Amino acid sequence: MTQTHLELSGVGIDFPTPKGPFTALSNVNLKVRDGEFVSLIGHSGCGKSTVLNIVAGLHQATRGGVLLNGKEVDEPGPERAVVFQNHSLLPWLTAWENVELAVKRVFGKTKSRAELKDWIAHNLELVHMGHAMHKRPGEISGGMKQRVGIARALAMQPSVLLLDEPFGALDALTRAHLQDSLMDIQSQLGTTVIMITHDVDEAVLLSDRIVMMTNGPSATVGQILEVDLERPRNRLALADDVHYNHLRSAVLTFLYEKQRKIEPISSRATATTPAKKKTEVA
Amino acid sequence: MTAQTSTHPWRKLKLNLSHRLADFNPVQWLTSLLLPVTGIVVFLMLWHVGAGQINTSLGTFPGPVDVVEQSQSLWQGHVAEREKETAFYQRQEERNAARMADDPSYSPTIHSYPGKATFIDQIFTSLVTVLAGFLVSSVIAIPCGIIIGLSRSTYQAVNPIIQIFKPVSPLAWLPLVTMVVSAVYVSDDPMFDKSFITSLFTVTLCSLWPTLINTAVGVANIDRDLLNVSKVLRLPTFTHIRKIVIPSAIPMMFTGLRVSLGIAWMVLIAAEMLAQNPGLGKFVWDEFQNGSSDSLGRIMVAVLAIGLIGYALDRIMLMLQQAVSWDKTSEQR
Repeated sequence: MTQTHLELSGVGIDFPTPKGPFTALSNVNLKVRDGEFVSLIGHSGCGKSTVLNIVAGLHQATRGGVLLNGKEVDEPGPERAVVFQNHSLLPWLTAWENVELAVKRVFGKTKSRAELKDWIAHNLELVHMGHAMHKRPGEISGGMKQRVGIARALAMQPSVLLLDEPFGALDALTRAHLQDSLMDIQSQLGTTVIMITHDVDEAVLLSDRIVMMTNGPSATVGQILEVDLERPRNRLALADDVHYNHLRSAVLTFLYEKQRKIEPISSRATATTPAKKKTEVA
Repeated sequence: MTAQTSTHPWRKLKLNLSHRLADFNPVQWLTSLLLPVTGIVVFLMLWHVGAGQINTSLGTFPGPVDVVEQSQSLWQGHVAEREKETAFYQRQEERNAARMADDPSYSPTIHSYPGKATFIDQIFTSLVTVLAGFLVSSVIAIPCGIIIGLSRSTYQAVNPIIQIFKPVSPLAWLPLVTMVVSAVYVSDDPMFDKSFITSLFTVTLCSLWPTLINTAVGVANIDRDLLNVSKVLRLPTFTHIRKIVIPSAIPMMFTGLRVSLGIAWMVLIAAEMLAQNPGLGKFVWDEFQNGSSDSLGRIMVAVLAIGLIGYALDRIMLMLQQAVSWDKTSEQR
């Protein structure tokens, strides 16, 4: 087992509310190896995004802390690139310019103009966006936007790539397509990835480990499932694979038996709409 | 970068035009033309009939026919004045040339034409004044709006002041501005008339607010995801403002600028009346004081000119907005 790359130790966070502090997370512990693909899964509102935001540096942990390569994380930075659920591309820039903004920021001083250009093109090709490099986000589909978002994050050459429900707002076919792309890219580059998802199949297919979170308040890591399926993985072959289905049902059991969430119908209706799930525990 | 060619603006325009031609529908086009024309014709008829019913000490209220007559006479007045002007300069030159021939040491002086400003000159003066005032207000309002919008506390501190000054009428500002200008703008050889400066700053004071507020709101409501992107990239403050804040706020900013320009044009007429800046406001005032049988007709011409120019200014702003803004769906009312 290689050295620990990223470590969350005793992470907890309180959010101030008029009724006093609300403890969203408490005592979250996780060690991630270099090149590992880890998924965080849990019911909506359990604080998955909060964990990711703490790793990204967008939220500050109230207790505990995050170490990346032995250094404490206390502010956002390009070595922890984030892909947000809603692509978050700058709508006034083309795909190329969006990636360029990030590349110039990270490599502007170390690479020559030609190298920068090649690097931008390389990353857009990597996500199969070579044909629409100069289109604006308004002119391309949701899946393509998310591809550009991934290209932008990868182009920063992050130590860890953080994906916040990256495919949540996409239709099933596009999602499958992008999952395959992501698997491909991750095996090529060996990037360390932490991905938030609420899709069990996605988690089992992509991950080396699945971190299942308990329901909030004071959410924490409930169980960690090792996904020891051989790579490269093929979704069609796996569909009939006994071990795959066994892993899948393990996650389902955790989510629907051990951490069953009973909510009134009305709030459930909003909770199952992924596009609306933005606020988390604010 | 092969895809660059398809985004070339000229090709885009051609493509756009060919699409529009393909969509051309004669029936639709006719109805879209017919309705406004009907509206205008009905309005002219009502105006004509209604105007005849109103009697004032200066004759009946001007109807469409009077307006046409007066606009023709104003135009002829303008042309005649220009002819007189050229003739005036020509006479001077001839005289000077003759004196130079007699006495080579004579250095000629050219006197400027003392004739009065025509209606067209006054329109031009008004346009220059309003654009200068609008420019000054934009130069102040946009940076201030960005600063206010960036910080919640600044916004809360400044908001009551904005809300208090926003509804103030130009007529209330004018005496103050006049006195300040007279006191501050003292020069033996002034580059601008005091009346121009006074009108300009009155326009500025009244048209500042919509741009200021809209810019601040636009900046304050930037998508949180985009702010997070900026944080992850650790963009320096200035780059953050240039790359994220300003483009995000541009649609709101332009909405503000359009409202501001509309207000600027409205305020200008009142300001010119009182400050005696030789523009359309002064024209209306002078005609009112003049009280001839043509006066009301001429004022009506000015009213229509003010309306048409205001409309044109708004359209120009809209075109500018569409050219600059990435958000092509911005309202087009």
